[in-house]
Amino acid sequence: MSPMARTAPVPAATDPAIIRNFCIIAHIDHGKSTLADRMLQYTGVVKSRDMKAQYLDRMDIERERGITIKSQAVRMPWELEGTSYALNMIDTPGHVDFTYEVSRSLAACEGAILLVDAAQGIEAQTLANLYLAMENNLTIIPVLNKIDLPAAQPEKYAAELANLIGGDPEDVLRVSGKTGAGVEALLDKIVRDLPAPVGDPDAPARAMIFDSVYDTYRGVVTYVRVVDGMLHPRERIQMMSTRATHELLEIGVSSPEPTPSKGLGVGEVGYLITGVKDVRQSKVGDTVTNLAKPASESLAGYADAKPMVFSGLYPLDGTDYPVLRDALEKLMLNDAALVYEPETSAALGFGFRVGFLGLLHLEITRERLEREYNLDLISTAPNVEYEVTLEDKRVIHVTNPSEYPTGKISEVREPMVSATILAPNEFVGAIMELCQSRRGVMGGMDYLSEDRVEIRYRLPLAEIVFDFFDILKSKTRGYGSLDWKADGEQVADLVKVDIMLQGEQVDAFSAITHRDKAYAYGVMMTGKLRELIPRQQFEVPIQAAIGSRIIARESIRAIRKDVLAKCYGGDITRKRKLLEKQKEGKKRMKMVGRVEVPQEAFIAALTTDESKDKAKK
Amino acid sequence: MPSVLPLGDPAPADGLLPPQVLDGVESRKFGLYVHIPFCAVRCGYCDFNTYTATELGGGASQDAYASTAISEVEFAVRAMGASGLPHRPLSTVFFGGGTPTLLPAEDLARILTSAVGHWGIEAGAEVTTEANPDSVTPESLLLLADAGFTRVSFGMQSAVPHVLKVLDRTHTPSRVPLVVQWARDAGLAVSLDLIYGTPGESMADWQTSLETALSYEPDHISAYALIVEEGTKLAAQIRRGEVPGIDDDDHAAKYELADQLISAAGLNWYEVSNWSRTPEQACKHNLAYWRGDDWWGIGPGAHSHMGGVRWWNVKHPTAYANRLGEGVSPAAGRETLDAGTREVERIMLEARLGTGLQVDALDKVGRHAVAGLIADGLVEPAAAFQGRLVLTLKGRLLADAVVRRILPE
Repeated sequence: MSPMARTAPVPAATDPAIIRNFCIIAHIDHGKSTLADRMLQYTGVVKSRDMKAQYLDRMDIERERGITIKSQAVRMPWELEGTSYALNMIDTPGHVDFTYEVSRSLAACEGAILLVDAAQGIEAQTLANLYLAMENNLTIIPVLNKIDLPAAQPEKYAAELANLIGGDPEDVLRVSGKTGAGVEALLDKIVRDLPAPVGDPDAPARAMIFDSVYDTYRGVVTYVRVVDGMLHPRERIQMMSTRATHELLEIGVSSPEPTPSKGLGVGEVGYLITGVKDVRQSKVGDTVTNLAKPASESLAGYADAKPMVFSGLYPLDGTDYPVLRDALEKLMLNDAALVYEPETSAALGFGFRVGFLGLLHLEITRERLEREYNLDLISTAPNVEYEVTLEDKRVIHVTNPSEYPTGKISEVREPMVSATILAPNEFVGAIMELCQSRRGVMGGMDYLSEDRVEIRYRLPLAEIVFDFFDILKSKTRGYGSLDWKADGEQVADLVKVDIMLQGEQVDAFSAITHRDKAYAYGVMMTGKLRELIPRQQFEVPIQAAIGSRIIARESIRAIRKDVLAKCYGGDITRKRKLLEKQKEGKKRMKMVGRVEVPQEAFIAALTTDESKDKAKK
Repeated sequence: MPSVLPLGDPAPADGLLPPQVLDGVESRKFGLYVHIPFCAVRCGYCDFNTYTATELGGGASQDAYASTAISEVEFAVRAMGASGLPHRPLSTVFFGGGTPTLLPAEDLARILTSAVGHWGIEAGAEVTTEANPDSVTPESLLLLADAGFTRVSFGMQSAVPHVLKVLDRTHTPSRVPLVVQWARDAGLAVSLDLIYGTPGESMADWQTSLETALSYEPDHISAYALIVEEGTKLAAQIRRGEVPGIDDDDHAAKYELADQLISAAGLNWYEVSNWSRTPEQACKHNLAYWRGDDWWGIGPGAHSHMGGVRWWNVKHPTAYANRLGEGVSPAAGRETLDAGTREVERIMLEARLGTGLQVDALDKVGRHAVAGLIADGLVEPAAAFQGRLVLTLKGRLLADAVVRRILPE
């Protein structure tokens, strides 16, 4: 066993040979943060008494959901056979929506710990990230976590991991982040097995940005991995994609609190502060160089974040619109992937059309807006971006059904994804049925172990953004996992279904669907609205239509009685208070023509049944 | 009155009223409500503040209750005088419950005599008591008439035995024509109370009840939709699925039938749930509630109103008796309404009346809503052109919705 390092290597004066850069690839609840916490404790960078569970996950939402949204890097000393090493642990976001950020975190490392729950086995996203790591030529250290659990099956899953990455099941480490068992051995193995970083100390400086975070007090904190040369405080740096220049106000390492240093050299990982206020000026994947002695070529792999899923966000209370606008502006400082523009809905008033990387990104953003800015929001059903070519050859990009052109359309193209689903083999039939009902085309299927399969499908993105994952989970009793990535586009026979209340079109309920599914959507939505909209003083017809053709109809009967029978002396105060409450309730109604529609109806109509159940729990 | 008291401000122990009650006092009539919190049996649908005979003791017992109520009359006289209110004779008196006639007629007479002794009473004043058909005799009704009662309101509820059973009413339907005749013989005006929409009541049942009630030729009929209040036995039975729930469409159809049959029998609606043979036979005491007059409510849980100040007594008869025994106001809480709130109440209450409300007293929002209400068939166009908003039959069934449309923003 190694002791805690007596002397830690000093940043800016550390030989690359004693540096080890690694990340942890793991599924959401497989114990990555607990293991990371244990490493911080054993290497002495966090005193045991200061330990707060999941030290690295800073945001409340992250802590509650047990997932990491924003990665960070921590420098830890570790001594092996008399030499003190500097270990940089780069924390990676653990969700499908953040694949690009994960790829940049991986690119900053020489090795990765593949961490898998010994009771559950590998999940689809972990597998996808593992493939990503292997493509980046990272050295993989397979580790089974939670071996203290009674349900752990280390032999079975060690075989699965060995099968995936090659090697012997005996080489799979077994640890428990909870008890600390095996963690010191893992730290030793990192030093022994992972290659040291290689770079040219005399070349012009090149450092890759793998994360940037907005801090209220310090502005944007940029996390980098130095590849060549060296960065120093006070010198001017340049972002190679935008050519923007900044003064380096502070440079240092996290251990885990920010500690300024005299610079960062080859292979080192740390942070930069330049005083900029917007993470868009420090883009993940971009290369930082020295303005006075600039590199000629930037590091490979840079790409702009591209929103895939769009949803309208509207404040329940129209007067909150400025609050929502300011909140989005602030969130954008910290989220380079977030894009938005103002939008007006006849039914919902003023709001924003917001683009997200995926559904989780949408959910997290919405939750943060509601929690941190005290907003009540309606989010419209998520949409993908369609490319519509009109007969006059004009091309329109549609992210909102209400923008769908009414004129003659020659072609509509929709974005496609390639999806990977992992599940026990008993669910293969159910999964195939689901994917086929979502217009999927099977790409292949492999056995990971004797009872677990990997199924690959190509699907329209629109078919998986709404409720696909929820249904997959319920059809596989929670065992199914999903990963997807963008995979081009296809021409499809799509139509827009409009929903009308008393003949008035309600834009928020319109949907772009495949022609074969338009009828089902119309029946579902009109039926839902009939349940959700209270009876009015007149009959309210609800219709679903493609263009002028009605495809489904329902009707809400007129209310016949709305009066309190008795109103004597003792009833008056109670009756008045009820009236005031009803009056207040009326303010929360949206008027569609003459029909009063409660906000709750919008929320419920735009929510799937599965996610409603989830909200109840 | 409903048993759940509102939340309000604390009421002062001396019962003194704020100066605002003096504004416009000359134009307001003064009435007295006396709550008798006793019943022989507690009905399954009832959430009123009432107790069976054996439940209470001390000053709250049936025997001592008249004296306790009289001590509140005396308290009221002192508090109103000390608040600077001028002396006003009683315009209306109403004994409600509970079952007032569970007390000996002498006790009711004694309370009335005490009140009249202190305040005096207008010539031709209306003095009503509610009564259960089970708990009156020719003698007791004569005694009440001699003491000054002018009117009796019988809780008939239904003429159909299986409906009465669901309501836990104990009287036999055949007793109703008898007691009506006795009351007539004693010189009392007669009102009948009916309830519709009881679980299990068919449209034919309701028609039977209406036709039976009308065959007794009452001067006045009240017909109420059954309200299932939280915490009642009936609410629990519905929740457990033992009896069917309440259906608003059924209520609406039954209200329409009631209005049709009662009107055909020569009575006219003057409030959403009330019909009288002549305008003079409308219940003046209830009209005083709806027109914002002053009244003092005697008894546990009773509500009072004076010039925009509303208060309500502690609910339990024992607590009530103890307060009065200590010379302290029995009020549990009160609220002082500002001008805007009084206006909301005025619109809410007057809209329910056959005389309707003055259109030009509404604010701009309310006045502008009138055209739409006519278009929707909710208010009478002819009355509206003469400046009064009067509900149509459809409008009466949707009265709360109409009120929401004409209230100030």
